[in-house]
Amino acid sequence: MPGPDKRMTEAEAVAELSSGMTVGIGGWGSRRKPMSIVREILRSDLTDLTIVAYGGPDVGLLCKTGKVRKVISGFVSLDSIPLEPFYRQARQDGTIEAAEWDEGMLLLGLTAAGWRVPFLPTRAGLGSDVPVEMPDLLTVKSPYAEPDSGEFETLLAVPALDLDVAFVHQNRADMSGNSVWLGEDPFFDDLFVRAAKKAYVSCESVVATEELAGLADVTHLKISRLDVAGVIEAPGGAHFTECPPDYGRDETFQKRYAATGKSEEDWEAFRTDFLDIDEQGYQAKVSELRRANS
Amino acid sequence: MNTSETTATRRADVCAVAIADCFAGDGERLCNPIGNLPLIGGRLAVATSEPHLALTDGFYTLIDNVPPVGMSEAERLENRIVAHWNPYREMFGLLWHGRRHVMMGATQIDRHGNQNLAAIGDWKQPKSQLLGFRGAPGNTINHTTSYWVPKHGPKVFVESVDVVSGVGYDRAAALGPVASRFHEIRRVVSNLAVMDFESDDSDGVAVMRLRSVHPGVSVDEVAEETGFDLVVEGEVPESRVPTAEELSMLDQVDPSGNRFKEVPDQ
Repeated sequence: MPGPDKRMTEAEAVAELSSGMTVGIGGWGSRRKPMSIVREILRSDLTDLTIVAYGGPDVGLLCKTGKVRKVISGFVSLDSIPLEPFYRQARQDGTIEAAEWDEGMLLLGLTAAGWRVPFLPTRAGLGSDVPVEMPDLLTVKSPYAEPDSGEFETLLAVPALDLDVAFVHQNRADMSGNSVWLGEDPFFDDLFVRAAKKAYVSCESVVATEELAGLADVTHLKISRLDVAGVIEAPGGAHFTECPPDYGRDETFQKRYAATGKSEEDWEAFRTDFLDIDEQGYQAKVSELRRANS
Repeated sequence: MNTSETTATRRADVCAVAIADCFAGDGERLCNPIGNLPLIGGRLAVATSEPHLALTDGFYTLIDNVPPVGMSEAERLENRIVAHWNPYREMFGLLWHGRRHVMMGATQIDRHGNQNLAAIGDWKQPKSQLLGFRGAPGNTINHTTSYWVPKHGPKVFVESVDVVSGVGYDRAAALGPVASRFHEIRRVVSNLAVMDFESDDSDGVAVMRLRSVHPGVSVDEVAEETGFDLVVEGEVPESRVPTAEELSMLDQVDPSGNRFKEVPDQ
């Protein structure tokens, strides 16, 4: 039997959010980010969000537009441009609260939430300033003796990252949320989905369920409809981040975005040109730019 | 060494072999240098002295060949012999398991090898936000780490780092022998010298020691460019110069000479 039809628009998905919620965003840096959803959040009146991400321009844009109270991240970077200008500005101006975890800790926090356990232990973070600067991170003593020393080892207890909502972008999905990624790394999208009370998948195109297993080997069918509340068909939805093999990162556009960090006037122009318009208008502008540049 | 050989030795090549030598004895594990010169030196190690090391393709696979640096995305995909799928979650598994030696950069590093790449100033509201902690805490507490510093100076080699992202020997010692049993900061290679931690302070904690100075660099110069008292024991040897085989391999690994742009001849 086919699963239920969960197709919806970005606006319908974002309407499920309320201010103060904890929102997870899939992808990694400037790679396969659900940017059409992020753009929709920018147009909303939401505030005080806690964002959990391996951050890229999603986090930068949400910080710049005043949507964020707190960012919990493994890093925030544009990859080809190492420092995200607006996250950096928000940190230096003190306009957001930050939790900067070791990259691997984020994987554990998301996994713990998905498994419905309060924490997962790790050695990562011990001895560094992560638990010093973020004293809400606590340690746990192993109940088992370490065999060689007989000691009961102390480990960092990474708290579960329980998300109200998660957004991820996949290459293809069916109308019920069974999804397939076609690049070389699933990143942590499946973990974000399981860590959330409600998860939404945007995708390059919605296909029939029987087509999914033919698009890649079955190990790429990483997200199941059981965990998905809504499916948004968003061709070009990850732009300007990469979404291989459908498209690479739009480096020209990313450079232009990053440069607006140096001039409020340029930012306002960027905002007017690309963010104060709807997704259809955005995609039309991007196509226009691409034609002009080619 | 005669004069003509000295003149022919280029500083970037000395740095590259010093980096390659960091991985000596590592055998079969992931050699994971991050950055321009580290990549060149790491790949040189695999191509010469440590052929069983594995490399990454820079992204999501481990490869069993030594491609040149500085390739386009299409060339990168063409010039790799994929041996293993290694997406980020798998990389965390690999590094928590410990069969990896990473070489990272450092905006600041202190005498015990504490590294900062996170932020300058107070972390809570930094004067300058840098990369954040990234993977440095997990790397340093789980497996061997070395560092590369392209511009040795007192603002990098500091008395005390603003934020500890990579764990140094004093922090590791404070955790006790069990929690720190996988911790090893092996070397720091800079454009001037090679440092190691094969010396202890009065508390028995490993401290940075000048291991060798690159040809043309004096011990005094390194001391002046270091913001803390670097341990100097007896006569400090000169860093070794590349062999003919290494020089030819360096030209294959770095055909466009990226290493000379990062480390110009003095």
